[in-house]
Amino acid sequence: MSTHTLTGPAPAGLRFHPLRDSATMLRRNLKRMLRYPSMTVMLVGMPVVFLLLFVYVFGGTLGAGLGGPVHSGAVGGRAEYANYVAPAIILMTVTSTVQGTAISIAMDMTEGIIARFRTMHIARVSVLTGHVLGSVIQAVFSLVIVIGVALLVGFRPAAGLGGWLAAAGFLVLVTFALVWLAVALGQVSKSVETASNLPMPLVLLPFLGSGFVPTDSMPAGLRWFAEYQPFTPIIETLRGLLMDKPIGNNGWIALVWCAVIALGGYLWSKRLFNRVGSR
Amino acid sequence: MTTRQSSAIAVTGLRKSFGDQVVLDGLDLTVRRGTVFSLLGANGAGKTTTVKILSTLLSADAGEVQVAGHDLAREPDAVRAAIGVTGQFSAVDNLLTGEENLLLMADLHHLARGEGRRRAAQLLEQFDLVEASRKPASTYSGGMRRRLDLAMTLVGSPQVIFLDEPTTGLDPRSRRNMWQIIRDLVAGGVTIFLTTQYLEEADELADRIAVLDHGRVVAEGTAEELKRRIPGGHVRLRFAAPQGLDAAMGLLGQATRDNDALALRVPSDGSLRSLKTLIDRLDDRAIEVDELSVHTPDLDDVFLALTGDSTNEKVTTR
Repeated sequence: MSTHTLTGPAPAGLRFHPLRDSATMLRRNLKRMLRYPSMTVMLVGMPVVFLLLFVYVFGGTLGAGLGGPVHSGAVGGRAEYANYVAPAIILMTVTSTVQGTAISIAMDMTEGIIARFRTMHIARVSVLTGHVLGSVIQAVFSLVIVIGVALLVGFRPAAGLGGWLAAAGFLVLVTFALVWLAVALGQVSKSVETASNLPMPLVLLPFLGSGFVPTDSMPAGLRWFAEYQPFTPIIETLRGLLMDKPIGNNGWIALVWCAVIALGGYLWSKRLFNRVGSR
Repeated sequence: MTTRQSSAIAVTGLRKSFGDQVVLDGLDLTVRRGTVFSLLGANGAGKTTTVKILSTLLSADAGEVQVAGHDLAREPDAVRAAIGVTGQFSAVDNLLTGEENLLLMADLHHLARGEGRRRAAQLLEQFDLVEASRKPASTYSGGMRRRLDLAMTLVGSPQVIFLDEPTTGLDPRSRRNMWQIIRDLVAGGVTIFLTTQYLEEADELADRIAVLDHGRVVAEGTAEELKRRIPGGHVRLRFAAPQGLDAAMGLLGQATRDNDALALRVPSDGSLRSLKTLIDRLDDRAIEVDELSVHTPDLDDVFLALTGDSTNEKVTTR
């Protein structure tokens, strides 16, 4: 390894292997998830608790208030509300997972192992892509559980196979976008505590959109915000796909939002990671 | 600087500030291949900052650095491929087992599966971690964790190894263990850049020592050379009564007395002959000595003389 080549092509030992390194980092992150199951349980638990709360505690009343021709064919308040709220809860599963991503990135940053990775000749981005892929897998796992529980408590989606596949692909895309944002949030956090708080707005945004109640029931200012924030088109798209309803412009708007969030999150994360460390 | 080719690390005019605080103020260092170089300094002297810059973790404000023949600023990747770093804070994955941590390193160095397993097994053996290899690193003691940390650094067979305070916080036995490991590594041909605040450690391990104070090298040389730079050898005599102290003072003349401790500091090279002469003279006058101890200058004296002076200067010139 005593290469003194100052110019010319990089010797074989100096080539980068981003795919191989990302696979290695992914294996590391999956192992960490298995070793620290309480985190996964917490991340799945939150949307499940919200689901039960909204269906059984608030569902009867909220369902009665849904009304309107859009939600026709309902058999009753609670059953109708289960259908209405399930897509929001499914999205909440994604934001909850993403909160976990920020936490585990911050844990990594405080533990010194990242400093080791930075001094090694590896494809740097693999440290981040390992987390991103790990989180997407974790989200899929959580989504299966949450959707299963939703079906048990009365969620009756109308989608056929095509709708389900489209919804699945859409969810993976949304997860992918939000995870990149979370990777950046995890890096800007100085501590694990901050990392668990910073993504809080992501968890709350579905409430300030069409997630839990239709936006036309809100006061003017809030309604304006609710209609233009990214989670509303995302939820409406998901709702449309699962309930087999037309999604109109929402699909495109949601996809553009995802692309913007993913690209922004990726660039921000990369910049944060390549920033030569502080002290 | 004619020895650039044979040097593993060559640093000229390295500067780094954080805001107004100057941490490195024009550092010059040369480390020959296959030797142990120790950067000695108190907390806050700039040791860790130096290691962070040399290991590509931090960028310098000014200065030229070559590590393993590669320019740090222009070829950081080539530098990374040649170095290994074990920092002050452990860089192990606490949720993975010792073995998994080593295999992770093997994968990141793109070793073939079998080769990686062999290397991991060999390092576990070498670092006495076989029994704990299947336990998560979070359950390891400080010494075990430090050994695992170093073992992880060695997976890629680096040419230059940075050890930032590798024994800070370790018990004496683990510290001696670590020293032996470092000696074995040097015997194997690697270059070691070691920072420490323990003079004893630098004395034990280093071929050359640089004393760092407020971001500057205030002295550099072998341990012997540094010790020779300051006269500090003396015999300390302690007496039971002030009369003894007075009598001895009168007899020996050129000694420093410490009235509170009833002690006398007599300059001496510490040789047997000079001691015998001293004892004979005291004996002739029947002066009772409670305790006699011989002090040869150690690196502590050097360190205090070199870094203490600068503080005194500041105090007096103010």
